[in-house]
Amino acid sequence: MKASRSFSEWTPWLFLAPYLLIFGTFVAWPLTRSLVLAFEQTYGPKTTAFVGLLNFQFVLHDPLFWTAVRNTVLFTLAAAVTQIPAALGLALLLNRPDIRGRRLFRLIFFTPSIVGLAFVAIIFTLLLEKRTGFVNSSLHSLFPVWDPDFPWLESYVMPSLIAAALWLSAGFYMVYFLAALQNVPAELIDAAHIDGAGPWQRFRHVTLPEIRPVLNIITLLVVTGSLQLFELPYLFYNDTAGNGPENHALTIVTYLYQTGFRTGDLGYASAIGWVLTLVLVGFALLQRRMTQRGES
Amino acid sequence: MSPRPGDRASLTSRLLIYGLLVVFGLMTLLPFIWMLCASIKTKGDFYTSQFLPPGHGFLGVAWDRLTLSQFAQLFRDLPVARAMLNSVFLASVCSVVATLCCAAGGYGLAKFRFRGRETVTSAILGTVVVPTALLLGPSFETLFHLGLVDHYAGFILPTLAPAFGLYLFRQAMVNSVPPDIIEAARIDGCGEIRIFFQIVLPIIRPMLSAFLVISFIGIWNNFITPQIVLQSPERYPLSVAIFSLRGLYGDDNSLIMAGTLVAIAPVMLLFLLLQREFISGLTSGAVKG
Repeated sequence: MKASRSFSEWTPWLFLAPYLLIFGTFVAWPLTRSLVLAFEQTYGPKTTAFVGLLNFQFVLHDPLFWTAVRNTVLFTLAAAVTQIPAALGLALLLNRPDIRGRRLFRLIFFTPSIVGLAFVAIIFTLLLEKRTGFVNSSLHSLFPVWDPDFPWLESYVMPSLIAAALWLSAGFYMVYFLAALQNVPAELIDAAHIDGAGPWQRFRHVTLPEIRPVLNIITLLVVTGSLQLFELPYLFYNDTAGNGPENHALTIVTYLYQTGFRTGDLGYASAIGWVLTLVLVGFALLQRRMTQRGES
Repeated sequence: MSPRPGDRASLTSRLLIYGLLVVFGLMTLLPFIWMLCASIKTKGDFYTSQFLPPGHGFLGVAWDRLTLSQFAQLFRDLPVARAMLNSVFLASVCSVVATLCCAAGGYGLAKFRFRGRETVTSAILGTVVVPTALLLGPSFETLFHLGLVDHYAGFILPTLAPAFGLYLFRQAMVNSVPPDIIEAARIDGCGEIRIFFQIVLPIIRPMLSAFLVISFIGIWNNFITPQIVLQSPERYPLSVAIFSLRGLYGDDNSLIMAGTLVAIAPVMLLFLLLQREFISGLTSGAVKG
């Protein structure tokens, strides 16, 4: 290597300084605080006491927490089996050179991702309303037997949330699949074609292995994102602080938010947050092990 | 390009694909169309017609019954103009400064070898797995101690160091900034700051504009943080202001849809103008990396 003028040892820190200052104050420090808080209990303003593992014991025996876990896991499973196939399906439809207007369709499918969750919640609660909502009124005019007072928001909490999340996310993940599909070498597909492989076999044995890395990332994003579901149910059921009818909309993060900002027990909220962090890390590690095993 | 065997699919299969695309496209667009129609109908017509009120005008629509009074009400009687100004201000400041912060940080991590580099990198990227909600409480506590609650700065500062942004820029620096250029500039006696602004930033311009749009739209749509941090209604961004309409004017669906439209339209327009940058920025980390 040729001799070159080198930078001073402070130079990289100069460039990192603004980022690290903000990161330290508003990420690293609060994160450390949350670890301390998780072992404390807050009694009213400015009165805290060290309680050891009590918060964690409480969490594991808290029926509301388990209701939240059940709802969150249910949503996550439903999100994974609806959003991933929908996104991949749309991408496969658009990944054909003989289809005109692909850019227009890609744009249309992607637009919902630009809409903020608060606005999605407003639009979907109005769409799903009894009688005046678009969903019930169109179903009723298409099929007169359909009850115009069908209680989507009142009795079908999860399906409503899953539908809103699907509308919002399918096009977002689609662009990742589309980018991956466009990187699949055409020769591979052609070779399979010549070997007489049908469309399903070509997908299963040629395309799928090629896009597997992106599929893994999307699965990770969908699952870890869905396990943190909060704003959508919180805003759908804002009048009950996100609980929804019979707590059917209560998620882990909603419960964390309620304990932290409504009850004011930051310690208990932090304990819930750390339990969730462990679950997320656990899932990420599990998925990594499974992909590594799949590769070797 | 030579014709591929798969390209000449039968007419029926192509028609089937067009059919599916149109159906899914309509399902995607119908909520928007419905919102648009609702926002220009009177409160009474909202309850009696699905899209536009039927009448004897062109296409069987009562065009004369349509109204812009909801929009007038939003901007004249309700603080929506102020909220929009707040949103524009917050999203602009946050996205510009966050982009610079992340670009400089990513440059520092990607283009210099120094002690502690690995530690810093893994500490920052490791926080990606931390649920954002875990930080809400302790961050609020920090803001409270710094006296920043209910100040614009209290919302702006915490948004300036997203781990996702640092990751994207570090990646962009590694992939597209050749070390030789930096070396050559140093030999020519160019200062480190000048190298960054005049040589490095122009090279990663596509990533700069992509991240600017992504973070602008992200900040614009943020609801929970401004709702916690900005407590005075005159500081509300559109997300909080429009959502609070639902509590105050819950029965006036036309007004609420008009408000939502006003809040969505600016970012929609921005996205339509810069969609290529936006999408390539999003996918660059996952697909190429």
